[in-house]
Amino acid sequence: MVDVKKKAAELLSSEAVKVIIGYTEGTGGKPRAAFIQNVADVEKLIFNSQCVMNLAVYLTKAEIKKLGKPAIVAPVNVLRAIIQLAFEVQIQESDIVVLGITPDEKLVEFQSFAAIESYLEDFKMELDAKEKETLAKISGMSLEERWAYWTEELSECFKCYACRAACPMCYCHKCAVEQNKPQWIPVAAHQLGNMEWHIMRAMHLAGRCVNCDACHNACPKGINLNFLTKLMLADAQEQLGYTGPTLKEGNLLSTYNPNDQENFIK
Amino acid sequence: MTIEKYLVKKTSLPVLFDKIKASGKVVKAPKKKSHTTDFADVASFSEVTDDYIVTTQSAKSVAFPRVEKLFNYVKSKDGVQITDYALNAIPEVVMWGVRPCDAAGFDPLNAIFTWDINDVIFTTKLKKTTIIGFSCQNADENCFCTSVGGNPGSTQGSDILFTKLSSGDYLAEVISEKGKAIQALAPELFEAAPSEDKEQNLAKVDVKFTKEIIKEKVDKYFESDVWKEQAQRCIGCGTCAFVCPTCACFDIQDENHGKNGHRIRTWDSCCFSQFTLHTSGHNPRPTQDRRWRQRIMHKFSYMPDRINVYGCVGCGRCSRACPVDMNIAEHLTNISKM
Amino acid sequence: MSEFEPKIVAFVCNWCTYAGADLTGTSRIKYATNVKIVRFPCTGRIDFMLLLKAFGEGADGIIISGCHPNDCHYTSGNFHARRRWVMFRGLMNFMGIDTRRVQFSWVSAAEGAKWAEIVNTTVDEVRELGPYTDYKKVADYLETEVTNG
Ligand code: SF4
Ligand code: SF4
Ligand code: SF4
Ligand code: SF4
Repeated sequence: MVDVKKKAAELLSSEAVKVIIGYTEGTGGKPRAAFIQNVADVEKLIFNSQCVMNLAVYLTKAEIKKLGKPAIVAPVNVLRAIIQLAFEVQIQESDIVVLGITPDEKLVEFQSFAAIESYLEDFKMELDAKEKETLAKISGMSLEERWAYWTEELSECFKCYACRAACPMCYCHKCAVEQNKPQWIPVAAHQLGNMEWHIMRAMHLAGRCVNCDACHNACPKGINLNFLTKLMLADAQEQLGYTGPTLKEGNLLSTYNPNDQENFIK
Repeated sequence: MTIEKYLVKKTSLPVLFDKIKASGKVVKAPKKKSHTTDFADVASFSEVTDDYIVTTQSAKSVAFPRVEKLFNYVKSKDGVQITDYALNAIPEVVMWGVRPCDAAGFDPLNAIFTWDINDVIFTTKLKKTTIIGFSCQNADENCFCTSVGGNPGSTQGSDILFTKLSSGDYLAEVISEKGKAIQALAPELFEAAPSEDKEQNLAKVDVKFTKEIIKEKVDKYFESDVWKEQAQRCIGCGTCAFVCPTCACFDIQDENHGKNGHRIRTWDSCCFSQFTLHTSGHNPRPTQDRRWRQRIMHKFSYMPDRINVYGCVGCGRCSRACPVDMNIAEHLTNISKM
Repeated sequence: MSEFEPKIVAFVCNWCTYAGADLTGTSRIKYATNVKIVRFPCTGRIDFMLLLKAFGEGADGIIISGCHPNDCHYTSGNFHARRRWVMFRGLMNFMGIDTRRVQFSWVSAAEGAKWAEIVNTTVDEVRELGPYTDYKKVADYLETEVTNG
């Protein structure tokens, strides 16, 4: 953390950036996002294994952009989001400084987004054993059980959209759920409204989701909505050779390969 | 009526619960669900938990659910036929295990739903609801009821309030006629009042500020930068409003299927970026700091000014549920020191 | 189940399958009348949500059909669609939406007979499965429940 803080202080005092987006201590010692604008406050930066919120969500917020050029403290999930956002032309290399951070709090400096991309090659975006086990458990249920599981799980949703607000990839100013000319997804948090909202959310994140779990961590109802995107990550890897965010190829669903394989089209 | 005090034995509580169920009333009580503890229909006393500071969502759903169908309509050549809300189908509900802050939250909610016109759906539901409160033996760092006029043993809003005593038995305070009606279901369970003091059996919640000071400050600092500073990390979801016992904003929607449809109301939140978006495209609250200011001003200035009641009971739910740790007590404390 | 006639919605592209279905008619090939055809410019335009809307409105089965790979009128719309269906079909399946009721196919403008066969087999299969009520029940939730918490 020492070198991260030192770099942050340097960047602020040389006015290379106006704000450091990082983590600081919040309620009950848990981390929260911090927007550090004075050198003196750099000391408040912290980093530990509880820092799971994906700070990249702030890079596209108009209110935060107004603070001036940011430097962002970026563990791997934030780095992945940065690459995806860069590919989607939501952020430019010249607009931000990325302060990569390792789990043991070491600073990793990057001269370019391409450098982040090659750094990420050592961190393949893969589901861990526990995630795979949960996917297998749900997939192993009968059709009726799966339907019962998801209708029950999603019936808890009251459509606060915290999952959307916390997701770095949900940056649309007007989300499809808010389209009302004509009404497309029901506004209300009744069963149909929830079902369509969650299916739409998952589909819009297919091949874009960086599997950071920020959505699930944000959900006040603890809903396992992140397993919808995890399922699609697994499917995309297995069936379409998807490997994770990249600056080079197009998004999974906005590109294609003439040789894509499937076994269900007659 | 004056409050009547009784002793209800620990072993009598399930008996009372069963009597209430047997009377045909719908009973909702805190229940451990797969991810949260929340009010839910419970089949038996064994499903009821007492292991919660407060439930994730407030008790307000009993009178103001997240989705409510107001009426059905059918369009035909002869015009539009409307099937109105069946007020007489509203069941008698007993809310069991309501915390004092939650019970107090029905006052501001009621004030909002009656201030210009009487919202008969809400008021009828509330009239048919009996609130069985349980005072708090535990509080956490998010609780601040004592800073906004409440306390962990407050009887405000409850029809009966139970307080757990050191023996494990309960002090029962019967507060209203509705409470008496519950007592009448099993009068033998309500024994002579204990001598033990209620206060020593309550959680300690420090006073951090007073609501009057907050009002004075927010009225004065409407144009201050404090809102910008505080709202920086707010990501503009609806969580704080949806878990809040006093937030009453809703959206009206028509859901159409060919010639049939229904009009529904559904929760809304002032923290959503499109909450105040006009059809012209203009948005009078264009940034999150304006929305955060609205949230606080509404609760601590506009409501006391217009309907004579504050819009926060200090339950701390919004802080616990907020995905980015916007701790309202901390923010209000800072405002009180300005 | 002999009484049950499945309601099938077909989302098809204008250039291949719609023309193919037209050919089925002009060739006087008889096929099941259970299907309502909705014409799109391209399979690439068929939003995944339309499938759910159809189930919500009471469809028992769905056919999605367009040009064979490499034959798309817009060059690559069907390639995009294919990827989308790979992902969406997996998601539906995972969530317990009955994908046995969704038939994807490529039918060219010259394959009038194939169209008839796709429709007939889909109708038979869905007739076998019976009415699809799971999704409809969710869609009709407010018809039966006044409130929820
Ligand atoms: S955060 Fe949870 S409750 Fe809120 S909209 Fe998302 S899934 Fe629903
Ligand atoms: S959908 Fe969830 S896991 Fe995926 S990028 Fe968004 S917040 Fe992260
Ligand atoms: S504003 Fe927060 S603390 Fe106050 S009543 Fe609402 S949820 Fe509780
Ligand atoms: S204060 Fe928290 S819960 Fe409320 S809108 Fe902001 S981020 Fe969401």
